[in-house]
Amino acid sequence: MTMSQQMTDRSGGYTGYQDLDDSDAQDSWLGEGINVGGTERAVSVAAGAALALLGLSRGSGLGLLTAAAGSALVYRGMKGHCPAYSAMGVDTAHGTEEHYQQQARRTEQRVAKRGIHVEEAFLINKPQQELYDFWRNFENLPRIMTHLESVQVLEDGRSRWRAKAPRIAGGSVEWEAKTTRDEPGQVIAWRSLPGSDIDTTGEIRFQKALGDRGTDVHVFMRYIPPAGRIGHWMATLVGQDPERLIRDDLRNFKRIMEAGEVITTEGQPHGACTGRRRRK
Amino acid sequence: MKALVWCAPYKVAVEEVPDPKILNRRDAIIRITSTCICGSDLHLYDGFIPFMKPGDILGHEPMGIVEELGPDVDGSRIAVGDRVVVPFPIACGNCFFCRREMYSCCDNTNPNAALAEKLFGFPTAGIFGYSALTGGFAGAQAQYLRVPFADVNLQKMSDEFTDHQLVMLADIFPTGYMAAEQANIQPDDTVAVWGCGPVGQFTIRSAMLLGAGRVVAIDDGKSVPERLQMAADAGAITIDMNDEYVYDRLLDLTSGIGPDVCIDAVGMEAHGYRAIEHAYDKIKTNLFMETDRPAALRQAIECCRKGGTLSIPGVYGGVADKIPLGAMMNKALTIKTGQTHVHKYVPRLMEHMRKGDIDPSFVVTHRLPLSEAVHGYEIFRRKVDGCIKIVLDPAA
Repeated sequence: MTMSQQMTDRSGGYTGYQDLDDSDAQDSWLGEGINVGGTERAVSVAAGAALALLGLSRGSGLGLLTAAAGSALVYRGMKGHCPAYSAMGVDTAHGTEEHYQQQARRTEQRVAKRGIHVEEAFLINKPQQELYDFWRNFENLPRIMTHLESVQVLEDGRSRWRAKAPRIAGGSVEWEAKTTRDEPGQVIAWRSLPGSDIDTTGEIRFQKALGDRGTDVHVFMRYIPPAGRIGHWMATLVGQDPERLIRDDLRNFKRIMEAGEVITTEGQPHGACTGRRRRK
Repeated sequence: MKALVWCAPYKVAVEEVPDPKILNRRDAIIRITSTCICGSDLHLYDGFIPFMKPGDILGHEPMGIVEELGPDVDGSRIAVGDRVVVPFPIACGNCFFCRREMYSCCDNTNPNAALAEKLFGFPTAGIFGYSALTGGFAGAQAQYLRVPFADVNLQKMSDEFTDHQLVMLADIFPTGYMAAEQANIQPDDTVAVWGCGPVGQFTIRSAMLLGAGRVVAIDDGKSVPERLQMAADAGAITIDMNDEYVYDRLLDLTSGIGPDVCIDAVGMEAHGYRAIEHAYDKIKTNLFMETDRPAALRQAIECCRKGGTLSIPGVYGGVADKIPLGAMMNKALTIKTGQTHVHKYVPRLMEHMRKGDIDPSFVVTHRLPLSEAVHGYEIFRRKVDGCIKIVLDPAA
């Protein structure tokens, strides 16, 4: 990350996660097993509290029962889990847009808090718009990202990505991403959607470089690798360090944009040093 | 095809290898008509440059005829059948550095950029046949060569000159010229050149072309008298480092002020003439505690006049010890160095050749068939048989 130390203009900074609430409190009561929808939970808490107060004010046996039922409703609302729904197989949370947003938000929080952060920068001798246009057509990206197998552009800003992964992580990962920011010639930001093999958020910025030097390209990414931190560590050991991959990919981007292609030596002649002359 | 491959330190062999193919869309394949052994190949031969793999084809000073072009080569600049010289650094022509004519610093031609980045902080240009550190490209001591970004790298030549004149444009003539040119030589300057190998010879003549007041050439008269003689033939004052103390003699010549420009055309395998100093560097390099033996560089720093310029065309590959930084700093020296930006210099050197200012073939002492390249390395390394520059003929 030597290049990033050279960045002169960081005033724009990285804005991708600013809207995230980083508190632990949310995570602790947003546990697994939610099966009560958000609105219903609010009603449940309010009604439960009212019932409990009513029951306690009576003081009788029936009053205590009422209070207990009220408390259960409050708990159900707070926790988002209803044992009765669970027994009946009812789920008013999943499948709703609300639940989906909630999941996405949690994913983003997890990535922001525990994800691995990668930041790389390259000076590319081409105008911002040209670089943006190439990148914005996500289907171009497998040309520069050697580990990427395919990108399929779907509807409403979503896309499906498929990449080779270290063998420890199953050999391949797939995720769906949504474009969260798109300013032509300037910024593209994305995040993975719930249900992906990999949780990631990222952003690429194109800023005009000083003078006639072209464009400063900065990539910021956070992700939770498929096998977690141990997977990341193992990958680093076997030379598949994702940070290095991302730097190599960006370098390929620079090479395609500046020189038209990525230069290779694969397939060139090589001697055998057998000590004897061999015929072809 | 036949090619000279590196197998281990002090062990090279001529082998039958597959012919090169077009690998990128702007590649060319050339049939080599002449190709040289360079002094810097000896650094590889001696195992001084790390990241060599057994079987790597050596060589980076070729010329030949274009045989085949990739589909995206700009046909207005190069065509099949053209007679071309191939500069040793590979340039893309479009990056920050190429646009400023710093071709040997090209950003886009080293496939092993991440490795070079670790060692040098930044990757430099790919170089033919010069280890994985500069891209791991197959070299040019072969019958055929694949050249990337052909329309940028191939330098078209006319038929008015011979191979022996033109092939020097691939590396050593521009290298000697750049060493002198970047030193900003003034008419009343004394220019001292350490090392009278092929690059030193071109440095001496280039310093004269650029108007130096006088040129002093320094080398070992016991082991390579023919090199000092060649320098004297060009009009240089010679110093045999066995006979005289170089520092004293340079001071005598300059009335105590020191040479204005000092040029180290020796590089990482200097022998020095102080036994203790040489033993120190030899031990350290053998223990991998330093990679380079910078005896000539140390002396050049010591001898240079205050406010003078030190130019370093000699190749260094890693780290070296006991560089007199105090002298360098306190004497306010200007340091100029770099692998040669060959492409930049070819047109103006052709101009000098056309005007008859210089005939670059003067340096050639041997022409050998490629099949005898192993013998060539041996005599070049041991400096026997009056060997100064060997041109290999891949067709013979």
